[in-house]
Amino acid sequence: MSSGQLAAEPSDFVVRDPEARRRLGTTLIALVILWPLLQLAEFRPAVLFEAGNLKVMTGFLAGFFPPERGPEFLGLLFKATLETLAIATAGIALALLIAVPLAIIGTRALSISSIGPGPDRWRGNVVRVACRALLTVLRAIPEIVWALMFVRVLGLGPAAGVLALAITYGGMLGKVYTEILESTDTRPARALLQGGSGRITALVYGLIPNAAQELTSYTVYRWECAVRASVIMGFVGAGGLGQLMDQSMKMLNGGEASAILLMFLALVVLADALSSALRKALA
Amino acid sequence: MSIVTHQLGLEHGNGFRALHGLNLKLTAGERVAIIGPSGAGKTSLIRLLGSALRPTNGRLELLGENPWQQSAAGLRQLRTRIGTIHQAPPIPPRLRVITAILAGRLGRWPAWKGLLSLLYPVDIAGAQQALARLDLADRLFERCDRLSGGQLQRVGIARVLYQQPDLILADEPVSALDPILADAAIAQIVAEAEQRGATVLASLHAVDLALKWFPRVIGLRSGQLAFDLPAAEVSTDMLRDLYSSEGSIVPTQANDPALLHALTEPLPEITDPKVVRLDSCRGRG
Repeated sequence: MSSGQLAAEPSDFVVRDPEARRRLGTTLIALVILWPLLQLAEFRPAVLFEAGNLKVMTGFLAGFFPPERGPEFLGLLFKATLETLAIATAGIALALLIAVPLAIIGTRALSISSIGPGPDRWRGNVVRVACRALLTVLRAIPEIVWALMFVRVLGLGPAAGVLALAITYGGMLGKVYTEILESTDTRPARALLQGGSGRITALVYGLIPNAAQELTSYTVYRWECAVRASVIMGFVGAGGLGQLMDQSMKMLNGGEASAILLMFLALVVLADALSSALRKALA
Repeated sequence: MSIVTHQLGLEHGNGFRALHGLNLKLTAGERVAIIGPSGAGKTSLIRLLGSALRPTNGRLELLGENPWQQSAAGLRQLRTRIGTIHQAPPIPPRLRVITAILAGRLGRWPAWKGLLSLLYPVDIAGAQQALARLDLADRLFERCDRLSGGQLQRVGIARVLYQQPDLILADEPVSALDPILADAAIAQIVAEAEQRGATVLASLHAVDLALKWFPRVIGLRSGQLAFDLPAAEVSTDMLRDLYSSEGSIVPTQANDPALLHALTEPLPEITDPKVVRLDSCRGRG
């Protein structure tokens, strides 16, 4: 075989990466956009390290030490933690009721009409766009606004907080679920749809096996965020760590505040452990 | 008629014509092999005939119906009667073998049955039977990521056997199998089709397999029919001509370099190409 004709002499021409110019351009554009944004945000890190400011900060942090350890406060802290866990868990559970159906409807990975493309394609696209728009609205409005609205209807208490969490987090979970399902290997689900399978079965036989780990870890992460977001529940009298934090801050009790923050830390560590245990189980 | 095409063509968005002017007729129960060099349009044709792609030109009729004039429900119904064996089995690695096989009937089962089957497999016997035909019965409850590429490809075949479609489409179904297993796997597909009167259309890399198992062979080159003949009438010259873009090396199952080399040398004039071809390639049968 005359394979010698295929390989040119290396010195004949220099091969350049055709992508290099585009990469350089993208980097420059990113810098040009970033610079005014930093200016707008008054990003001046040097200010933090001026002598007077350092003193203010250390003074603020010193007030947090030592954390409160009185048995009475610890009792309150324990009760508030349980309440927070209950609110976050109930909020996420309701959020899943919103997110899962919308993700199934909205994800392109389960589109039957795009195979071919087939009949009713425009209708499928309209439904998906509407679904994404709904998810956007749900998560675009901050949970505190929803909470303030529900307080007017339901009165002070955890119910308003749980509903507010459910709606905002439903929007976030739904959007990210949609994208996770699209970024895993969609060929198995597509092959099933091509064989006449329905959407739900294509999801559980074709997509979930590949995406389960990522879906779980994002859900647990959102649960962790819901625990933190329960701070806003303090405003609507939902109880929990948020309300306790609100009281401690108002009384300028740094020791109590730091004890509560340590509890937050413990909960985040717990969420982490839960997430990795679940991921391992699903591996 | 299982498949009827008239001036069937497929043009990609970038203007590349993958297929054009294909006129084919396959009667029910017929077995046809498609051969041709890589890039000839074999996979595109299989996808068109599996209603996975819509043709840009011409007419197409599958199992007596035009898939693209059906309602969504009608198209779905039609698709449950077509089983496609993909070259790379579209099976999530974490799925167990039994689940992967039972998924073959998801189109025929109501959704609740498919969901129930994830809690406890609803047809263990059926899946085992399909798997046993491909000599893998002992792997029934293993996860697919524990299988080798060839074993996974056989699971993909077992899924379609379990599906029991009226039209079996196979895109290089045995590309990851050694010659003996490949032969056995094709034999099972053929047996299943004969038993139920199903039609088979398979694209094959190995020309010897095509000539051995398929009474009719279609040669595809640059998206067009090069020939469409009974296997016995396919001559060595036609094959050399078909693969002229690949140095006229006719691909067979023999991956023995010596044999491959022998095929690049001018072959002696042969009266019955089929016999010699099979003999020269099936040294280990």
